[in-house]
Amino acid sequence: MAYNLKQVMNKPERLTGGHRMCAGCGAPVTVRTVLRALKPEDHAVCCSATGCLEVSTFLYPYTAWKDSFIHSAFENAGATLSGVEAAYTALMRKGKMNESYKFIAFGGDGGTYDIGLQSLSGAMERGHDMVYICYDNEAYMNTGIQRSSGTPRYADTTTSPQGTEMPGKMQYKKDLTGVMAAHRIPYVAQSTLTSNFKDLYEKAEKAIYTKGPAFMNVLSPCPRGWRYNTPDLMEICKLAVETCIWPLYEVEDGKWKLNYKPKKKLPVTEYLKPQGRFKHLFNDENRHLIDNIQEDIDKKWEELLKKCGEDS
Amino acid sequence: MSIRERLSGNEAIAVAMRQINPDVVAAFPITPSTEIPQYFSQFVSNGQVQTEFVAVESEHSAMSACIGAQAAGARTMTATSANGLALMWEMLYIASAMKLPMTLSCVNRALSGPLNIHNDHSDSMGARDSGWIQLYSETNQEAYDNLLQAIRIAEHKDVQLPVMVCQDGFITSHAVENIELLEDDKVKEFVGEYKPDHYLLNHKEPIAVGPLDLPAHCFEHKREQAQSMINAKKVILEVAKEFEKLTGRKYEYFEKYNLDDAEIAVIIINSSAGTAKTVVDKLRENGIKAGLLKIRMFRPFPADEIAEALRNVKALAVMDKAESYSAMGGPVGAEVKAALYGKADGIKVLNYIYGLGGRDVRADDIEEVYNSLMDIVKTGQIGETYRYIGVRG
Repeated sequence: MAYNLKQVMNKPERLTGGHRMCAGCGAPVTVRTVLRALKPEDHAVCCSATGCLEVSTFLYPYTAWKDSFIHSAFENAGATLSGVEAAYTALMRKGKMNESYKFIAFGGDGGTYDIGLQSLSGAMERGHDMVYICYDNEAYMNTGIQRSSGTPRYADTTTSPQGTEMPGKMQYKKDLTGVMAAHRIPYVAQSTLTSNFKDLYEKAEKAIYTKGPAFMNVLSPCPRGWRYNTPDLMEICKLAVETCIWPLYEVEDGKWKLNYKPKKKLPVTEYLKPQGRFKHLFNDENRHLIDNIQEDIDKKWEELLKKCGEDS
Repeated sequence: MSIRERLSGNEAIAVAMRQINPDVVAAFPITPSTEIPQYFSQFVSNGQVQTEFVAVESEHSAMSACIGAQAAGARTMTATSANGLALMWEMLYIASAMKLPMTLSCVNRALSGPLNIHNDHSDSMGARDSGWIQLYSETNQEAYDNLLQAIRIAEHKDVQLPVMVCQDGFITSHAVENIELLEDDKVKEFVGEYKPDHYLLNHKEPIAVGPLDLPAHCFEHKREQAQSMINAKKVILEVAKEFEKLTGRKYEYFEKYNLDDAEIAVIIINSSAGTAKTVVDKLRENGIKAGLLKIRMFRPFPADEIAEALRNVKALAVMDKAESYSAMGGPVGAEVKAALYGKADGIKVLNYIYGLGGRDVRADDIEEVYNSLMDIVKTGQIGETYRYIGVRG
């Protein structure tokens, strides 16, 4: 069935309003879009790593989660949810339950790219029937905007501050989606909040209803850390895709597929300009750094086109 | 009729787990507990249990997966030692705070560093404040019996806490000894079905577990958790009584060995109690009023009961197979002295550190401890109370 925004938005919300995430934050939009992809009749157990999402949606005695939810610590959403899934498998085998459940974990880039990478890798390798969603906002936002391995090069964060000698973070962003694709799991995808959420919704649906482990990396901007005007959330996401900084693609059973190719690839400055974390790059002495970013993005884009068979 | 067998401590634990047939086991190998998940995965592979075995990539993930599984509504078990238990540390506290009644077989081994695979109690003693009930076992039989009882204790409505069953690495875990096993159906009946009130996989009542819990509520939750540990004392005795009816084997908070009329006594944990008992026998033959108190339940700590049991003792040595680097003794010594304070103040108390990193503890060593106690009774002079035994230099 063709994607119909109105129809999809009419599905009951599974993450209720009233949680404490910031205005203009991408994470709850990501979560709601993913949960909408669940069939209404299916039950789910959701899990979150410690982070903004967890502390803002489940502050005792209130929970914003309509489905069962578990949080245990920062670095172990993969392992924690794999335990829940193992319990489900065992209880179904023993005939102690017969309701259909889906399992969805959420973690920020801190809990996924960095401290939780081992736990995630283990859970995916073991083949649990679960989905792991990384809401990538490119720094440790919950503790106040510290750099992560998901922070892009030259971004200004509180532990990679731009100063007189260093123009922000000196290292490149880790290619986590590629790392997860190398696990050869049934489904890996990269998405963000664009085109009426069609890309994210359809990928979430595929991830949830593909048997076995699935991983999705969803660029989910943070207005505090990225310093953009909060109503511009969707515009920032769109620019990430149109500049090819955050390409939309999926890897299904090892086959790479590009989901969107901009008609005219925009220069990276279009994406960098509205964000305060890159403001220093527009000083005269730093303009060459923007060229570096452009070169890097161009190179990665070409590599991706090759992997997806689109390079001809 | 019970089944007479010859098993190592690890085999005894694995057999108990097979008989319990838990829903989920998540474990990671570490010497000397490795055999437990090995034997158990063979039971899984042979279809002797219906358990989902999760071969995780670390002990941190083992405990995390156990938390997820138990919260989901599954009876969950694991096993580990030393650094494995240390890697679980963060999650041990979370498991107990979530009131998840899982069980862990801890095969005691020296915690690094330096790296050492042999027995002492530095691993589980370090976890003594993690909110887990801790039961200790002198023999393979006790390890087996304690694990069966642990299921009932943990899942009791007034407790709902995780239980750690400890035994000595290699000394107990790898030594093959006689054991009496219960029949499979008797175990099944004794442990019963796990029926949690609230769990993640109940579609009629979705729940959220593991909130951010700020000062408005957190203190009350910690108080409730402490109450569960207090409640466990009664439940542990009730379960032991029921177990005794089934097996004839009696369990309490601790075992008293020739203690009632003893003037000098030793307090010890796990396998070294066996060595100490032979020394007590020898001393008794010589007319010396020597006794022994072997702690089975270290968490909760039976403070009043220990003070009462030692009432007539003149000099006491508390044996610690773990340091706590307080420059005044080990963890068992600290607990016992606190228990005696104001209740049995006249007793002269020594605290010995022994057997660290697997140093053998011989009957001669224990005899030397009793000799020191006799000297104290004779002279009234106690000297240095923080002592080492069996160490060179």
